[in-house]
Amino acid sequence: MSQPDSSLRPAELRRPPVRLLDLRADIPRRWYVGAGVAFIAIFLFAWTAATWLQLVSPIFLPSPGAVLTELQDQATSGILWQDLWASVYRIMVGWVISTALAVPIGVLMGNFRFFEGLFEPFVDLVRYMPAVAFVPLTILWLGVGDTQKFAILFIGVFFQQVLLIMDNVKTVPRDMIQVSYTFGLSRWEILRSVILPAAMPGVWDTFRITVGWAWTYLVVAELVAANVGLGYRIMRAQRFLETDQIILGILIIGLLGLLTDYLFKWSYRRLFPWALQSR
Amino acid sequence: MVTSPKLQAQHVWKIFGDRRDAEVVAVQDLSLYVGDNEFVSLVGPSGCGKSTLLMMAAGLEPISAGDILIDGRPITGPGADRGMVFQSYTLFPWLSVEDNIRFALKKSSLPRSEQDALVREHIQLVGLNGFERAYPNQLSGGMRQRVAIARALVYKPQMLLMDEPFGALDAQTRLQMQELLLNVWQAHRTTVLFITHDVEEALLLSDRIYVMTARPGRIKAEIVVDLPRPRNLLETESDPRFAALRRQVLTLIREEAQRSVGAPMTPV
Repeated sequence: MSQPDSSLRPAELRRPPVRLLDLRADIPRRWYVGAGVAFIAIFLFAWTAATWLQLVSPIFLPSPGAVLTELQDQATSGILWQDLWASVYRIMVGWVISTALAVPIGVLMGNFRFFEGLFEPFVDLVRYMPAVAFVPLTILWLGVGDTQKFAILFIGVFFQQVLLIMDNVKTVPRDMIQVSYTFGLSRWEILRSVILPAAMPGVWDTFRITVGWAWTYLVVAELVAANVGLGYRIMRAQRFLETDQIILGILIIGLLGLLTDYLFKWSYRRLFPWALQSR
Repeated sequence: MVTSPKLQAQHVWKIFGDRRDAEVVAVQDLSLYVGDNEFVSLVGPSGCGKSTLLMMAAGLEPISAGDILIDGRPITGPGADRGMVFQSYTLFPWLSVEDNIRFALKKSSLPRSEQDALVREHIQLVGLNGFERAYPNQLSGGMRQRVAIARALVYKPQMLLMDEPFGALDAQTRLQMQELLLNVWQAHRTTVLFITHDVEEALLLSDRIYVMTARPGRIKAEIVVDLPRPRNLLETESDPRFAALRRQVLTLIREEAQRSVGAPMTPV
């Protein structure tokens, strides 16, 4: 590994021209980021133009300004913060309950054929049942409190999550498990100190994806029998055709979903640097 | 050596499949032995059941009939008396090089300081000084297999089982690793059962070579590699005796390869 002789370096290097649409080729970062920003900007511009030029009635599509005003009103009156807290709390509890059950059951299913055979047919059946159809039943069973909201979020998330976690566990290479037997470890020790750490990055990614689903089930959870929450606000606004409120609610849920996604991506890089592809 | 083999396979069979009409005979009535501190290779056409035999010796695959004995006692399952190196990379990606090697000492009763010394010694042995803190995703394929070898040696198993450990490496790295293993083994003799499809690799490293038949796997021939030790890559491979042995083994393998191509296809 000797240092290259700088006096021998050619004064000018040939730079291949940047072709934006080369198959699988990397492009300069400013192009990559710029394209994403530009697309959102075009979208916002189209929205503004359509409302400004009164191409559509404000009843159908309120202007960005109207939505911003609504945001300001809700923030100053405090409704926004109440809704935000109620929804974040429901998502957190619902998702945590789901995850707390999905991890151990998924780990059992991924490692032991018996548990896979035991649970998979049932899980497969329930996961195709529409969560929204459980709303009346959950009210009947659990009443109109937060417990019912947790239950809807649980039904929406758990049955998918448990299968994803089972698959995460199954990706741990067989040879890695077998080599651990040759160090004299027991099944339990291998499960704890080989399979779980090896599966963790995949499981973390499952967390990221499923917490996103929890956000999409929020409106379903707050569909009936709620008096606070982002989803409730949307449902109520629908009744009075307050489209600016609907769009504000949708945007906030979208942004919060994006935020949780980034939090998981960011923590993934901090927690599992060893799982990142080294370039 | 013959009087006290470290490992002995006696009339071992491996038959896959539960139903009698759909069963596949992978290993058929196979007997072999590996003497104490002997380096024995098993070569044969692909799919001949050599890896299956090794997995049975490791206790990771049940034996259908017959016995595999270690020091005269039949094996009942995997154990820390047999270290194993696989062809695929089996390092734990969340552990650094030194922690990967230390992992094999999990069941060791040695005090921490002695474990540290063993880990250091084995990092040295495979030439990975300076990479103690590196993670597997920062290492080349050859370096990963060095760690795997160090990890299989560090807890001092009574024998090593190696399943084509250099099979996934490029030709240059492969030669380097063969020389490394040769030097390690010549310095610290241990019992090795080594699987390969590379005849030159088998000749360079082994005291004896078993040639297996095409599936169902049996022993076709046993060849004593009477090349002088200590060996090294350049001199050993230019020995005329090496060329003669190479020719002999290649002829045997080619017969089997042709036989298996000529035979009707069987599921592998």
